[in-house]
Amino acid sequence: MDLKVREIIEKVMNGLFFLCGMVSIAAVALITIYMIVSGLPAIIEIGPIDFLLGQEWASTASEPKFGILPFILTSVYGTLGACLIGVPVGLLTAVFLSKLASKKMAAVVRPAVELLSGIPSVVYGLIGAMVLVPGIMDLFQLRNGTCLLAAILVLAVMILPSIVSVSETALSAVPREYEEGSLALGATEVETIFKVSVPAARSGIAAGIVLGIGRAVGEAMAVMMVAGNVANMPSLFTSVTFLTTAIAKEMSYSSGLQRQALFSIGLVLFVFIMIINVILNLLLKGRRDEK
Amino acid sequence: MSQKRKIQNVVIRGVIWFCVILTVLLLVALIGYIMVRGLSSISWQLLSTARSALAGTIGILPNIIYTIYLVLTTLVIALPLGIGGAIYLTEYAKNKRLVEIIEFATETLTGIPSIIYGLVGMLFFVQGLGLRTSIASGALTLAVMTLPTIVRTTQEALKTVPDSYREGSVGLGASKWHTIRTIVLPCTLDGVVGGAILAIGKIVGESAALIYTAGTGYNLVTNFFRALQTSGGSLSVALYVYVQEQGEFDVGFAIAAILMILVLIINSSAKLAKRKLKKV
Repeated sequence: MDLKVREIIEKVMNGLFFLCGMVSIAAVALITIYMIVSGLPAIIEIGPIDFLLGQEWASTASEPKFGILPFILTSVYGTLGACLIGVPVGLLTAVFLSKLASKKMAAVVRPAVELLSGIPSVVYGLIGAMVLVPGIMDLFQLRNGTCLLAAILVLAVMILPSIVSVSETALSAVPREYEEGSLALGATEVETIFKVSVPAARSGIAAGIVLGIGRAVGEAMAVMMVAGNVANMPSLFTSVTFLTTAIAKEMSYSSGLQRQALFSIGLVLFVFIMIINVILNLLLKGRRDEK
Repeated sequence: MSQKRKIQNVVIRGVIWFCVILTVLLLVALIGYIMVRGLSSISWQLLSTARSALAGTIGILPNIIYTIYLVLTTLVIALPLGIGGAIYLTEYAKNKRLVEIIEFATETLTGIPSIIYGLVGMLFFVQGLGLRTSIASGALTLAVMTLPTIVRTTQEALKTVPDSYREGSVGLGASKWHTIRTIVLPCTLDGVVGGAILAIGKIVGESAALIYTAGTGYNLVTNFFRALQTSGGSLSVALYVYVQEQGEFDVGFAIAAILMILVLIINSSAKLAKRKLKKV
């Protein structure tokens, strides 16, 4: 082949691959710009304080109110609640997989956890709505079972796989010498795990938890099907709306300022997620540097 | 060993076993419940017809077709971009800082919730580019969403190709692109297939990003190019609409059973691809 042609092909391919590499950056930039441009106007019009700290959301009333504090608090409480259940169960499952399980047991448990992460969120929502919600209604004698508790339980299951897989990787990476040293000094296996292995893997475990938090904050459809979607201030047994569901619920019929306010909720959610992302990246990077 | 330590040891082991058994039982119960309730609701009529208001019957054939079209279109867009991006990162990029920024952007994309993809997809593809609520808009949105998965898996596969292969090829006088095309890429095929399978799993399970981009349409459109321009709900979206908005729980369980079977197939094929990759 002609050398010149070869050189041109070389340059063209280099450029093409460069463009492909840039797509991710372009996408992040585009999403950020769109979220800010479409989200800011309503926040300015309503006033940042009224918007973020207002306790009442009545977007379709004759005198509409756009306070999203109930949504923010619901998302925070819902995520904390999910972590309260999901983190201990997930961490202990990770401990089991990385330290205690025989090969055969791990071959049963690990695929089970992977499968949990593959189940679509609408399926979790369906099970939540058909099994969990009636269960809660009967158990606590409520008129309606759709509530924050149901959402917390569904989210706890949904974040489990992230916590297990990231924590397990971190725990498995703990140098065997650390544990052998502890065992040789007379500590039991359990003592070694919780006083040596877990502390040594803490930044990885933290990354797993933060990843789970991100999942919980961002989940929309499963929560939508079990939480009732009324703009109440959060409490365990009332019907509540999350940041995500506030957007999804009204988007189809919204217009004017109401629609703009929905984009503003999206912006608030986006800011939450970006903060979580940055923390996650720092944790993961810290781990890489430690190595 | 003191009595207290012995008891502590046993109790903690017990708690760990409890958590593990809980996790596994949960999965078994989930799958069992969906299958028992779902499989009995699946009928030939449900699978082979469209929804008919006249006959008052529900069919999910259009949703099955839309799901397939979404998967195909998304992969056609995302695979070249993702593979190209991964090749740039591992084979071409010389600026370390730029690589870090691209990798950070890719990781950021992974963390963005699907509802935000739905919002931006609606603003950009549906309204901005004027594609309207259509399979095309949905697929473009999903392409951005699945891009990180494909970039990451391809990158991992590229890293397993020994440098000596590349050196051998270049040493024989082949150009860089020729080396990548004939030596490097064939070695990464399994990794790419694995990434594509993971992406398919994401697409099949996605709902929040699709409702406002691909919409919830349920009319039967078999022509691929016409379908690209029409609003169509994937299986997951149809599940949501039937359960949440119409109270058709049996249809919901039937779709859930189909989705679970798909997830099982996708999971095991992803594992197969991974195992093959390890052998290389």
